[in-house]
Amino acid sequence: MPEPLSFSDQSNQTFFNETGIGKLQGLGTPLDTVISGLKELGAVELEHRANSIHRLLKENGVAYNIYTDSSGGARAWELDPIPQLITSPEWKVINTGLIQRAKLFNLMLQDIYGPQRLIKEGIIPQEIIYMHPGFLRSCVNINLPQQQHLVIYAADLGRGSDGQLWIISDRTQAPSGYGYALENRLAMSSVMPELFRNLNVSRLTSYFDTLRDTLNQLAPRASSQTPRVVILTPGPENETYFEHSYLAAYLGLTLVEGDDLMVKDNFVWLKTIEGLEKVDVILRRMDDVYCDPLELKSDSLLGIPGLLQVVRKQHVAIANPLGSSVIENSALMPFLHLAAKRLLSEDLILPSIATWWCGQPKEMQYVTDHIQQLVIRRIYRRKAGTRSAIDGASLSEAKRNDLIREIKANPHLFAGQEKIGFSATPSWVDGKVQEGTSLIRSFLVQQNDSFKVMPGGLTRTSFIQDSFIISNQTGGISKDTWVISDERDDIQPVKFQHNMSNSAISYHRDSLPSHTAENLFWVGRYTERLINNARLLRTVMEYLTQNNSQSENHSFYQIKKILLQTLTHCTYSYPGFIYPEDPEKEQELLQNPWHELTHHLYDEQQIGGLSQNLQLFKKAVYQVRNFLSPDTWHIVRQLDEVWSDIEQTSQNNRMLMIEDIDKLNASMFSILGMNRESARREQEWAILDLGRKFEQVLFIIRFLQNIFAQKTDNRTEYELMQAVLTATQSIVTYRYTFRDHLQLPLLLELMVLDMNYPKSLAYLIEKIKLHILAMPKGGTFSSMSEPSRLIQEASQLLNWADSSSLSKFDNYKYEYVALKKLLTQLNHLMLEIHMIISKTYFKHTQSQQQLFVSNVV
Amino acid sequence: MRYSIKHTTTYTYHESVPLCHNLAMLTPRDTQAQHCVSFELHVSPLPEIIETYYDFFGNKVYYFIIEAEHEILAVTTISTVEKNTMDWNLNSGDQPSWESVHDLILHSSGEFILEKQFVIPTEITAPTESITQYALASFTPGRSMLESVRDLMTRIYTDFKYTAGFTTISTPLSEVMQARKGVCQDFAHLAIACVQAMGLPARYVSGYLETIPAPGKIKLKGADASHAWFSVYIPSLGWVDFDPTNNTLPGEQHITIGWGRNYFDIIPLRGVIMSSNQHHLDISVDVTRLH
Repeated sequence: MPEPLSFSDQSNQTFFNETGIGKLQGLGTPLDTVISGLKELGAVELEHRANSIHRLLKENGVAYNIYTDSSGGARAWELDPIPQLITSPEWKVINTGLIQRAKLFNLMLQDIYGPQRLIKEGIIPQEIIYMHPGFLRSCVNINLPQQQHLVIYAADLGRGSDGQLWIISDRTQAPSGYGYALENRLAMSSVMPELFRNLNVSRLTSYFDTLRDTLNQLAPRASSQTPRVVILTPGPENETYFEHSYLAAYLGLTLVEGDDLMVKDNFVWLKTIEGLEKVDVILRRMDDVYCDPLELKSDSLLGIPGLLQVVRKQHVAIANPLGSSVIENSALMPFLHLAAKRLLSEDLILPSIATWWCGQPKEMQYVTDHIQQLVIRRIYRRKAGTRSAIDGASLSEAKRNDLIREIKANPHLFAGQEKIGFSATPSWVDGKVQEGTSLIRSFLVQQNDSFKVMPGGLTRTSFIQDSFIISNQTGGISKDTWVISDERDDIQPVKFQHNMSNSAISYHRDSLPSHTAENLFWVGRYTERLINNARLLRTVMEYLTQNNSQSENHSFYQIKKILLQTLTHCTYSYPGFIYPEDPEKEQELLQNPWHELTHHLYDEQQIGGLSQNLQLFKKAVYQVRNFLSPDTWHIVRQLDEVWSDIEQTSQNNRMLMIEDIDKLNASMFSILGMNRESARREQEWAILDLGRKFEQVLFIIRFLQNIFAQKTDNRTEYELMQAVLTATQSIVTYRYTFRDHLQLPLLLELMVLDMNYPKSLAYLIEKIKLHILAMPKGGTFSSMSEPSRLIQEASQLLNWADSSSLSKFDNYKYEYVALKKLLTQLNHLMLEIHMIISKTYFKHTQSQQQLFVSNVV
Repeated sequence: MRYSIKHTTTYTYHESVPLCHNLAMLTPRDTQAQHCVSFELHVSPLPEIIETYYDFFGNKVYYFIIEAEHEILAVTTISTVEKNTMDWNLNSGDQPSWESVHDLILHSSGEFILEKQFVIPTEITAPTESITQYALASFTPGRSMLESVRDLMTRIYTDFKYTAGFTTISTPLSEVMQARKGVCQDFAHLAIACVQAMGLPARYVSGYLETIPAPGKIKLKGADASHAWFSVYIPSLGWVDFDPTNNTLPGEQHITIGWGRNYFDIIPLRGVIMSSNQHHLDISVDVTRLH
């Protein structure tokens, strides 16, 4: 049970500290309003709301990937129901100060990548720039459209125990967090509407409108009227991939990875299923050195070779421009006030945290003498996700001496920073108010000649004692950040909806990126694969449980063998039940198949197994979740949760195993049922459906090939026919259609030749034909005549076939010769069509990149 | 003396390649010691795009794309270069000591921006303890910068064995130090690391070397191929070249293409192809005297 909600005097005190408004303003302050709002809710209700927030975020799939997690698992995003407050007078100072800082950085970047006056005049030491890996020499003297070197900027602010806000660090490369800030706000306004009452909480939408406008305006002048803007992501493995895909959907931009783009004719092109489309603006969420393997980091497989040349020609704009990360540099801090004087003729409004750069002898002496009171930072982050800061006090004597030695060996690479005693902030954690330390990340986007600050931000709180480094990599929870406005019209409505109409209109003109098309196709294939495999596995298991007692019977053994080996063949879970070189082992496995079947069902490492296919399915869905309805995503999440519970409990219980398969199938069916409506557009649904139909065709071909590989005795064959109809859920239809006992010609009529039965090869191939005819033919590819011709050939083969000759077997080899031949031909045709489609629509060129260099002797 | 240099690089892929992006840094730079009279670049197949620009260090870069399917890429450059005989006043007694050069550069704030950048080691030329120790034997207290570097060059020439094929472009200096063998770029990198370990500016020079197989003379290594050496900044003289592979101060027979911090700043030819297959590389260089 949660404790009753109370804020201790101390908490109240820290609240005052935190908001910086002290007791001067007395009652009626925004803080009072929030506190009384929280007290009104009471501890029980607040805990209930906290759980609702948790559930809502989880359902929306808000996640943060952790690099070190080898399973690639994403951590659910945590949001505190108690917001962070910033009052109007204080916000005015922050707002002006941040804009000034962004302007300064923009001018500094112009200077660093241009005349370098700051270095030549001795204002900034050369080493700080030249030793920083973010200083990209290839970008010097590149002219950028509008000389805009900084488009998006974020600053981390911390509040000292005196209430003063300090800039702790700057983000100028590819700042993350504004998508999470928006998601936080949406969650708060839907779960905690009461708290917004009586408060003018500034809304965040204006920031995103400006961002969208600015990105559009960045487009090179000569380009088309509606610029194509893409978000470049390193991919789903990236820690903030959720945000990339969230922003893409919210802003109506196309989410792309490096190999979706290519450089040709001095332009950047997006590979779409309709051909190449020119890209005007890239919102980059990839570190700059990875962006061009030709000119920057040559071992990058993420980038676009030749990108820098397009930038040089001013045919594409990148936000932020390549090279901007040189500002993410702790050693710059002590020199910023002089740079501001030189470039802006102004004093800095917001103070940076006191910093000593060790490249100067006196400063190094100070840092090494006071190392226990300081935070030591490298001037750059060595790798995203690694810690760049070390708390001097946390080090043992030996470690401390090592660090001092390291500093003395490479003084230019280190800076010491004052350790601020952060003020405490109250958070609702584990059913009570707890105190942590917070960092506020503020976001700015360029707006004409100035910048717009998001009236809000992303606050992250840590509960580790004396923690001075807070990041999502190291844990902590987030808070919605409320800027209390004076102005009435800026009020936050209790509930508000995304306004997506503008972006949606422009999006519809864009064609589907090849990569997305490929993912949709595979979502279709994995969906069917899961269902087919699950049903087949269930059929096999059911047969085994029902016929267990007759294990000595020869016919039973033969059926069992065919079924189990068919399972292996159809799911490609080799070796499975097939050991041609080791008949004893094979026989042993066939006698006691349950261990292997359990693996097949639950073991994620089992290639071709059900659990592994489920993982692949989830991964494919995750990559195209923007293209599917939220409901689809919810079902996948639920399925995932149900399945992870299952894996713990049901192993070794045969009946429970079968039930598990049923649960999986039920979920898959709800997904299937929504497919058509859940896709955003017809074209996307068509590709997904094409994937499904391909998988079904290939499965049925393989299934029949293996089950009827040999003519068996009548009793065996009867059981096998029964298995085919059960596994394809066709038994009812069979009985209804033929009103007869099971006969092979009738079965083949239904499963192979029936044009009106949705599970027959003839029907499926007809559907594939329609999809292929509807596929776009434009762009740079060869015409689609080849797949059309091949699919025509496949349907011709079925036209000519008749079920009675297909059921004839060769008395010599006991083989269904005609059936075997037909299936082999169909299989061959379908694989060839599949290959051509992949090549034509999904990848226009091979994506592998190889860098070659000449040698010298 | 006027030279003609013909440099051909041929890549043979094992499959047809649809797209190829390339950077060529093969145009000889104008320096005090040489003037590039003419330069031609021939690429086969014909590139769809050819652009030129100057890199950060002032070297001329040719960027070209081939957008047609091809299995062989051939890049030929023909340069005509007029060499002047540099008359270094190397024997005057008032050469600055290496310590004074070090202090001058270190305590500068902005005046020596172009030189100071070459004091900063790159990852490839990062000095290890053993490299610093090796350098200290040449940089003895009070010795002139010129003498110190000349001594370093001679020691590298004597202590290290020229061995083709032992190293690749990615072999770290620590291995070169251990095995005491390598090729010209290893020796240039090693020398740069030593000079930078002393807090002094050194840069990597890419170029060609003329070979004179005259009877009775030792054939210079690096003939008929690209060559590399290093250069240090001495305030009284400017940038002075040293060739540790041949233990000589480059004169008429060394033709400079350009320079950078290390090999990777001035790779003669590099490219990205869309292929997962291997390729075969052929290089031929002819340096001919024109009379």
